[in-house]
Amino acid sequence: MSPASGRTSERAVWSVSELSRRLAATLDERFPAVWVEGEISNFKVYGSGHAYFTLKDEGAQLRAVLFRNRVRRIRFEPADGLHVLAFGAVEIYAQRGEYQLVVELLEPRGLGALQLAFEQLKERLGREGLFDPARKRQLPRFPRKIGIVTSPSGAALHDMLRVIGRRFGEIHVVVAPAKVQGDGAAQEIAQGVRELNALGGVDVIIVGRGGGSLEDLWAFNDEMLARTIVASKIPVISAVGHEVDYTIADFVADVRAATPSQAAELVVREKQAVAESVGELSRRLIRAMSRRLAAQRDRLETIRERRVLTDPRRPLRELSRRVDEATERLRRAMRATIQRIAHRVELATRDLRGRSPVARTRQDRRRLDDLAGRLDRALARGLDRRRHRLVGVAGRLDSLSPLAVLGRGYSLTLTASGAIVRSARQVAVGDEVGVMLHEGRLAARVTARKERDDRPQV
Amino acid sequence: MTDLKFEDCLARLEQIVAALEAGNLPLEDSLKVFEEGVSLARHCAKYLDDAERRIELLAKDESGATTTRPLTWEEEER
Repeated sequence: MSPASGRTSERAVWSVSELSRRLAATLDERFPAVWVEGEISNFKVYGSGHAYFTLKDEGAQLRAVLFRNRVRRIRFEPADGLHVLAFGAVEIYAQRGEYQLVVELLEPRGLGALQLAFEQLKERLGREGLFDPARKRQLPRFPRKIGIVTSPSGAALHDMLRVIGRRFGEIHVVVAPAKVQGDGAAQEIAQGVRELNALGGVDVIIVGRGGGSLEDLWAFNDEMLARTIVASKIPVISAVGHEVDYTIADFVADVRAATPSQAAELVVREKQAVAESVGELSRRLIRAMSRRLAAQRDRLETIRERRVLTDPRRPLRELSRRVDEATERLRRAMRATIQRIAHRVELATRDLRGRSPVARTRQDRRRLDDLAGRLDRALARGLDRRRHRLVGVAGRLDSLSPLAVLGRGYSLTLTASGAIVRSARQVAVGDEVGVMLHEGRLAARVTARKERDDRPQV
Repeated sequence: MTDLKFEDCLARLEQIVAALEAGNLPLEDSLKVFEEGVSLARHCAKYLDDAERRIELLAKDESGATTTRPLTWEEEER
């Protein structure tokens, strides 16, 4: 431990370099690495990628440097005024006679680093208008093909498939597998969204995963993923974690679901309800057409009384026939659909019963039977109600038919060529004529005719 | 017609029913839209009948192109 020079004097004289070296050695020894608390000021990232700033408190300032490879690891955005904890070693920068803290870790004080990063990104994207409700798209009411971006082995996928299976099992689901936490997760999720967009035919996309810590959900707070969701041409639902968890993906998605199961519920309507609404529309369709025809018939009757048309019944009859046929086709289709759905529910019920463990207590089994019975009865009621309505509609259509008048005892007489006989002058004695009755037809021959009507005048 | 999305199909059916209920279409037009309505309603019913359960997983083939393969998923009992 001798000074480098000045041995001739009593005084120990150090060279600047030597002293600096010794100070550095002492610092290394005494302060290998320390945590320092302070406020950031003059934060600046240079072209080299290194960031320089000053840490200060009321009484002092400390220069600090974050090398490029460390800058990348910091999840929040360091900025002037932020209160932080820095971890690193103090280094002497001998050439300039300065010392600085070489920062290895930087954490915000107060909020956690992740929380702060979340707030910062949220604030920035919000300012850009990416959370604007006006930007968000409506979900399709009846998607045929649903894209899901999630882990293929996660509970979230299981939950979603279970809900979809229960409500409307016969739907097309495409799963884009993606890591949902850890390095590269955000990239894989974004990739999934892009691939489902490219696949074609996908009506709606769900991105999600089950609950977890803020770190677990972190991939969904990625800026690149947020921008991918915004750019998606297909509406996106985010379903991340539990009800209380909010991520950036939730804010930019078109709809935020509280949980993956809820996302599935938002997307898939219950099949029974859909079938009901189609049935209801069909009934209204028939009712409206029946009314329209009834109105037309009334008008035709009026016109006929004015004897303007020769055979006003024909066009109406033709229309009636077309309506009857179309109605019958529709009725068959609806009945078949409703029965098929009822059948499936019945099978599922039976299946459920079959699966119950033998060891179930009798009480349990009775409850199950009771439920199954109630389900059967409810279905039967539903079918009955529909059948009644159809019968009613058919009855109304019948009453519209111009042939209904025959039911009241009137008949029509037709010439051999099929023209309606309105006057005795249209036929000659000996002509074959047809008589149309409410039930059946008669063939007849004219044996006599009177040109003038000798019915009593009313 | 078969390419018509169920949603559009149902929307058109709703539109037709509303038009018929309003009752101001000429008779011939009424019949035309009625028949269209019947075929839409049948199409919707067919959609409900024919929909089939399909669950697929996106995957990459040897050339790196995106394909799909069936995903077997059985709901286990809880």
